[in-house]
Amino acid sequence: MAVPHDSASKFQEYAQPEMLVSTDWLAEHLDDPGLVVAESDEDVLLYETGHIPGAVKLDWHTELNDPETRDYVDGAGFARLMAEKGISRDTTLILYGDRNNWWAAYALWVCTLFGHPDVRLLDGGRAKWIAEGRALSTEVPQRPRGSYPVVERDDTTVRAFRDQVVTHLGLPMIDVRSPGEYSGELLHMPDYPQEGAVRGGHIPGARNIPWARAAAEDATFRTRKELEAIYQDEAGLRSDDDVVVYCRIGERSSHTWFVLHHLLGYPHVRNYDGSWTEWGNSVRVPIRRGEQP
Amino acid sequence: MTADAGTLPPRLQEIAEEFTDTPDSMRLQTLLEFSEELPPLPERYADHHDLLEQVPECQTPLFLAVEVDPDGVVHLFFEAPREAPTTRGFAGILHAALDGLGAEEVLETPEEFPSRLGLVDLVSPLRLRGMAAMLGRIKRQVREKRG
Repeated sequence: MAVPHDSASKFQEYAQPEMLVSTDWLAEHLDDPGLVVAESDEDVLLYETGHIPGAVKLDWHTELNDPETRDYVDGAGFARLMAEKGISRDTTLILYGDRNNWWAAYALWVCTLFGHPDVRLLDGGRAKWIAEGRALSTEVPQRPRGSYPVVERDDTTVRAFRDQVVTHLGLPMIDVRSPGEYSGELLHMPDYPQEGAVRGGHIPGARNIPWARAAAEDATFRTRKELEAIYQDEAGLRSDDDVVVYCRIGERSSHTWFVLHHLLGYPHVRNYDGSWTEWGNSVRVPIRRGEQP
Repeated sequence: MTADAGTLPPRLQEIAEEFTDTPDSMRLQTLLEFSEELPPLPERYADHHDLLEQVPECQTPLFLAVEVDPDGVVHLFFEAPREAPTTRGFAGILHAALDGLGAEEVLETPEEFPSRLGLVDLVSPLRLRGMAAMLGRIKRQVREKRG
């Protein structure tokens, strides 16, 4: 049975309103058959301190990532992971997390590589749910095993690799890191020196729009009008542009990818997950320092 | 396996075993307990953040203070937000392991102690680097402050 969409009026302005649900909607639909909620956080212990009742945990570092190949899990690995979490191919998967849904957007992007048919984000994420005083639980749900086929990962549509970015030089690109990382003053994200690169700066031609600008104070996405002011008026993107977004390892830029692709409806947006940790360390690829693209 | 390399001082060994004797599926729960046991900052620091050293290597801002009393005994103080239980857990482990030890004992803590807790695969090596950074800063302050 298909899980209905959230018809909240704010979402109707977005290109794909079906990609978001509100906290009100989720509170009402938590027990819907065919719906699974998954929490994906930066802090690996937050889920254990209390999560949305019935939600499973999904962790990038330890589950979605294959540390040996420095890649995402493959089709068999993804199928195994989803089945273990009680997620089937026809499950409506609702993702949420800490820090403006930063890692939840990343998990959603990874699900997109495997073409999961119905995956949505909880607008406002963990912060909004808690701010509204809604129920939390420390009970880890025991869901029946899901049935998930092995679907090969599609790396050609929403993912960009370094050599493709090299040929993309001169075309629209958005660097979503902090201004200090963009200019090259900082070799790493403030507070994250362990994921640094040997060179500081940005990919020539990339415009700097820090990812969190797309989020409002309460961690929800800004309205369509506000997002258009940022990405169209300020960054000069056009909806038919071929756009590459990147950050440090591709997690913050997943958030911007979600905004451009699903909320503003740009058809051609790819996330360069190698991002600055790869580009900044690569031999013979150009960089630019300073505030100018 | 580095987990078996060398011996740890007794208190550290006890903490390491508390983790490694716990099945994988329960180990994060143990980390959560350490995060809950981290004592609050005493008042003399709570109103004086300028006296605390920030540990920027942690994914979430963490502040610490180190005191070495005239008898050479080390006292540790930490502040980490509740929304950052992993960072609090690391601080809780170091507090339980090192607070009240002599300066020399603290300085002898093996650098790789964080990797001996069986957390590498559960927490990820990147996140564990935050605890190694805290330990490094604690040792530096102890060296500066011992008589």
